[in-house]
Amino acid sequence: MNAAEKQRLEAIACRIRMGVIEGTYAAKCGHPGGSLSAAELMTYLYFCEMDVRPDEPDWSERDRFVLSKGHAAPVLYAALAERGFFPREDLKTLRQIGSHLQGHPALGKTPGVDMSTGSLGQGVSAAVGMALGGKLGRRDYRVYTLLGDGEIAEGQCWEAMMSAAHYKLDNLVIIVDFNGLQIDGRVTDVMDPQPLDEKMRAFGLFTQMIDGHSFDEIENALERAKLEKSRPSGIIMNTVKGRGVSFMEDKAEWHGKATNTEQYEQAMSELRAKLSLINGGVR
Amino acid sequence: MAEKKAATRDGYGKALAELGHIHEDIVVLVADLAETCRTAYFAKEFPERHFNFGIAEANMMAAAAGLATVGYTPFASSFAMFAAGRAFEQVRNSIGYPALNVKIGASHAGLSVGEDGASHQCCEDIALMRSIPGMTIINPCDEPEARAAVVAAYEHKGPVYIRTSRFATPVVSEGRKFELGKGVQLRDGKDITIVATGIMVAEALDAASALAAAGIDARVVNIHTIKPLDGEIIAAAARETGGIITVEEHSVVGGLGEAVCAFVAENCPARVRRIGVQDVFGCSGPAAEVLRYFGLSAENIANVARDMLGK
Repeated sequence: MNAAEKQRLEAIACRIRMGVIEGTYAAKCGHPGGSLSAAELMTYLYFCEMDVRPDEPDWSERDRFVLSKGHAAPVLYAALAERGFFPREDLKTLRQIGSHLQGHPALGKTPGVDMSTGSLGQGVSAAVGMALGGKLGRRDYRVYTLLGDGEIAEGQCWEAMMSAAHYKLDNLVIIVDFNGLQIDGRVTDVMDPQPLDEKMRAFGLFTQMIDGHSFDEIENALERAKLEKSRPSGIIMNTVKGRGVSFMEDKAEWHGKATNTEQYEQAMSELRAKLSLINGGVR
Repeated sequence: MAEKKAATRDGYGKALAELGHIHEDIVVLVADLAETCRTAYFAKEFPERHFNFGIAEANMMAAAAGLATVGYTPFASSFAMFAAGRAFEQVRNSIGYPALNVKIGASHAGLSVGEDGASHQCCEDIALMRSIPGMTIINPCDEPEARAAVVAAYEHKGPVYIRTSRFATPVVSEGRKFELGKGVQLRDGKDITIVATGIMVAEALDAASALAAAGIDARVVNIHTIKPLDGEIIAAAARETGGIITVEEHSVVGGLGEAVCAFVAENCPARVRRIGVQDVFGCSGPAAEVLRYFGLSAENIANVARDMLGK
């Protein structure tokens, strides 16, 4: 990836982060922590990787994305808005009555949302169904799903991985956002999923571990996944929860609460400064 | 005279295999029960469209949802206990909430599983499925009606729960038209109405015959579609006869009986008695004996009718 492209993506990721903060601030609730940790991945998926049509969100041959960790809806919505699926202004209606932006992703309500999720463990199974359908119909679309590292404790995730490997779904990429924190604390304290890479390999996935904030590593991993034939891919991306907002980074308390006005101003000011730095670099 | 008997699960499986020839979008999912849920008929015809998910109903239901989002019409099949029970939340959140076009084929419902006992005798599935907004529930009364139910479920866009039985029961619907959401009056009567669903319809007809011999003129209504409920046929029964007896191979909590009670109470007050599993767990035994033991028999229906009418 060349420097200009990286700068373009960094700027987008920064705007997506701003969208997360703006949406959750307006809603006075929501899940910023696990949204911010996935901002680079969402940026890469929607601006480099996936073949989607913002003006035709239901296009049948589009690549699919299932946010299995549905509570990170703010980052999905911010990415979709940034990509042009709906006006960015809508982000401020998050979680309000009458808004198409539900607390968790809702199929049929939000343009660009491919599956209703939020009850953990289910989205990855839906992604398996989509990939299975792609294989059956000999269609070219690929399916991406993002799980939380706490979510992985749901047994259904492992049922889904077992079936993905059984049906040789090489059109499916199962990504785990390993930010190390869940509501009740460190995932290793609450219910230790490690060694996660060995477990995923044992379940039949071609598994890579990357830095989830590095566009180069995200790109390499997704490209490498495409070379894999007859087995699904797993990507464990190590991330920092709350990434990009200094006082949120690596703090479990920011899993599911919004900023107050003072915190909002600080977060936005940090992100604006970052964006300006990135854009300055381009000029 | 030998009665023609067949299990509704057979109708489900055979209809799927037939329908598969017409509709290429039909895919069948099963959780290690292909033979017993009778999806093996479909598997034989269309092995590439039949997916075994192993003993993992939660994953199967949500994968069915995923298949529906990419244009397929999945029939996800298991025992009622696991389809509606184990995977309730997957059905609620991944199928019901997004209103996806998934058909759930739930066999081995109710007490008539027999010998396997209470762990497998699901008498709560109708209650669970009724609670999901937009879920259509079909409980066919016999094998031909089960076939018709599969066709109707396919034609209906949206989630459908099809409840079938393991136990072979008499064919009583032959020659009757199946219309989703419309009850079927199988026998006219003015004294009392027996509103039955599933394999209890045959018992209701036998009860009506016995009552006729005793001078009681009982109407029999088959409610194959429990949701949406045919209010018109229930209201007519409430207005025109001296009371309603509901009969279902399901708990009296949350099933047909409660649906009828709620409708009648709000629209056309009438006396209602509910025959069903009286808020208890089942037990092992041959199906016919277990059904009798819990009062799901023509004899008990007739007794309740006489009691209600004071005759």
